[in-house]
Amino acid sequence: MQDRSAPPRRPLNTASKVMRLTGIALVVAVTAAAFAYVNGSLDSHRLTPRKLVDNLETNNGIYPGYRRNHAKGVCVVGYFENSGQLREYSSAAVFSDARTPLVGRFALAGGNPQAPDSGAPVRSLALRFELANGEQWRTGMNTMPVFPVSTPEAFYEMLQAGRPDPATGKPDPGAMPKFFAAHPESAAFLQWVKSAKPSASYATETYNGINAFYLVNAAGKRQAVRWSVVPLDQNAADAAIAQDANVLEPDLAQRLASGPLRWQLRMTLGKPEDPTSDATKVWPGDRTVLDAGTVVLQEIQPQNSGECRDINYDPLILPSGIEGSDDPLLAARSAVYANSYLRRTSEVGKLPAATATKESRQ
Amino acid sequence: MNGQPTHFAPLARLLHWSMALLILAMLFIGAGMVASVSERHEWLIHIHKPLGALLLVLVILRLIVRLSTRQPPLPADMPGWQALAAKLSHYLLYALMLMLPLVGWAMLSAAGDPIMLGSAVQLPSILPANATSFAVLRKAHRYLAYLLFLTVLLHLAAALFHGLIRRDGVLESMLKGRD
Repeated sequence: MQDRSAPPRRPLNTASKVMRLTGIALVVAVTAAAFAYVNGSLDSHRLTPRKLVDNLETNNGIYPGYRRNHAKGVCVVGYFENSGQLREYSSAAVFSDARTPLVGRFALAGGNPQAPDSGAPVRSLALRFELANGEQWRTGMNTMPVFPVSTPEAFYEMLQAGRPDPATGKPDPGAMPKFFAAHPESAAFLQWVKSAKPSASYATETYNGINAFYLVNAAGKRQAVRWSVVPLDQNAADAAIAQDANVLEPDLAQRLASGPLRWQLRMTLGKPEDPTSDATKVWPGDRTVLDAGTVVLQEIQPQNSGECRDINYDPLILPSGIEGSDDPLLAARSAVYANSYLRRTSEVGKLPAATATKESRQ
Repeated sequence: MNGQPTHFAPLARLLHWSMALLILAMLFIGAGMVASVSERHEWLIHIHKPLGALLLVLVILRLIVRLSTRQPPLPADMPGWQALAAKLSHYLLYALMLMLPLVGWAMLSAAGDPIMLGSAVQLPSILPANATSFAVLRKAHRYLAYLLFLTVLLHLAAALFHGLIRRDGVLESMLKGRD
C-alpha cells in the first residue's frame, strides 16, 4: 500500500501551470467543436432533416398536429391476404403467413389539411403491416409512377423553387419551370402530371412504392423489386373531380359501407441492369410481375382519432426478408419523416379531434 | 495507512474505459444521425440501437461492480467544493448512463416501432404506443444526451486537472495499480 500523498510533487511554476491549463482547455474545446461539427451546428450548408421540414412548413404553412406533408387524409383498417408466390424470394413472415393485419392511410400530397381534393393529382396510400412475429413493414405509396427528383438535395432545391415570395405570398412563377429545366431527370414525372387528373375516389387508384427495395430469401439471395397496389374490383373513374370538391373521404366511407375494397399487391422483379438508386426512372414494361397477395380494406376511421394518426410511415421500417435499396431518397424519407413526426406528436393536443370525428360520420 | 485502496479495481477500470469509449462514440453517432438525410442516417441508426442496449447492460454491470468493490478516497487536501462537485457529477454520470438507453427504449415503444437490434433480435415494448409520451421522451432523450456530453467534458477536464495540475494520484487510480 502506498500513501496517495507520498509521491513528492514539485510545485509547478506559473508558465508551466498556464501551459498545462491551456492544454486541458484545448482538449475540451476540440472535443466540443468536433461534436458541434457532427451535429451540424458548425456546418450551415449541410442538408438536414430539420432544414427540409422547415422548408415544407414555409411553403405550406403550419397546421399544428398534422403531418408536414400529405396532411389531408383518412385512416383505414384491414388485412393482407398472402398469395404465397413471394415465399421463394423473401423470408418475410408477411409472405408466409396466411393473413397479416394492417393499418393504412389515404392522403393527398401537400401540407394543407384543408386543401380541396381537386388541388393536385397526387394521392397516396401508406400501409403498416403488423407481422405475427412482432416485426412491421411500413410503406408509403403514391399515384405517380416515378418521383420528380432522384436525390434529397434536388428535392430541397425543388422546395425552394416553390417557396412563396414574402412580398406577394406566392412563389415566383418562373422558379419552378427553371428548376425543371435544370433537372432533366424530372421528365417522366412531368409527363405523368400532364395526363393525370385528380381522381374522384381513393378506391380507383393504383399506388406505387416508387423506390426500389430488395427481397431477401432464406438462402440470402437478393432480388431487386418495386411494388404497387392495383385496385381489383374498382374501375378507374374517367370523370375528373369537380373544382374544390371535398369528395374523397365521403366516397371512401360510402364504398366501405357496402363492403371491403381490394387491391392486388404487385411485385415487379428488377433485372441487374434496372436502376435501384434512381426513383425518377421507370423500369422496362416487360419485367416479371408477381401477385404477392391482396390488400383488403374494411373500415374507415377519421385521421385525427384513428389508428393511423400516430404512425410514422417510415419506408425503412422493414421486416427481415425485405431490405432498402441504394436509393438515396429512402434514407432521406426516413430521416425527414422522423423530424416531422416529432413536430406533430408534440402538438396532438391542438388537433380538432372531436370536429373531425363528427365530420366523417355520415 | 488505514487500508484504503489507492486505485480502482481492474474490472471497474476495464468497464470505465470501455464505456468511456462507447459512450463518446454513441454521443457522436446520435448527434450525427439526426443531422443527416444521407445513407449515413440509416447505418448510424443501425449502430445506435444495439450499442445503446449494450451500454444499458454495461452500466448495470458497472453499478454492481461499483457497489461491490471499494473505491480510493479523494485526496484529503482537496477543497470542499471540488470534492462535492466530484461526488455530484459522478451521481449525475451514473444517472444519465442508466437513463439514456431506457428513455431511448421507452421512446421507440411509445412510437409503436418494433425495437430491432439488428435484423433478428427484437426487444419487447416497455410502454404502450402514445404520441404525447413519444414527443416528451424523444425530447428528453435529446436534452439528456446533451447534458451527458457536458458532464463528460467536465469529467474529462477534471481528470486532466488532477493528472496535470494537482498530480494527486486521482487520474492514476483509474489508469493503473495492482491489488
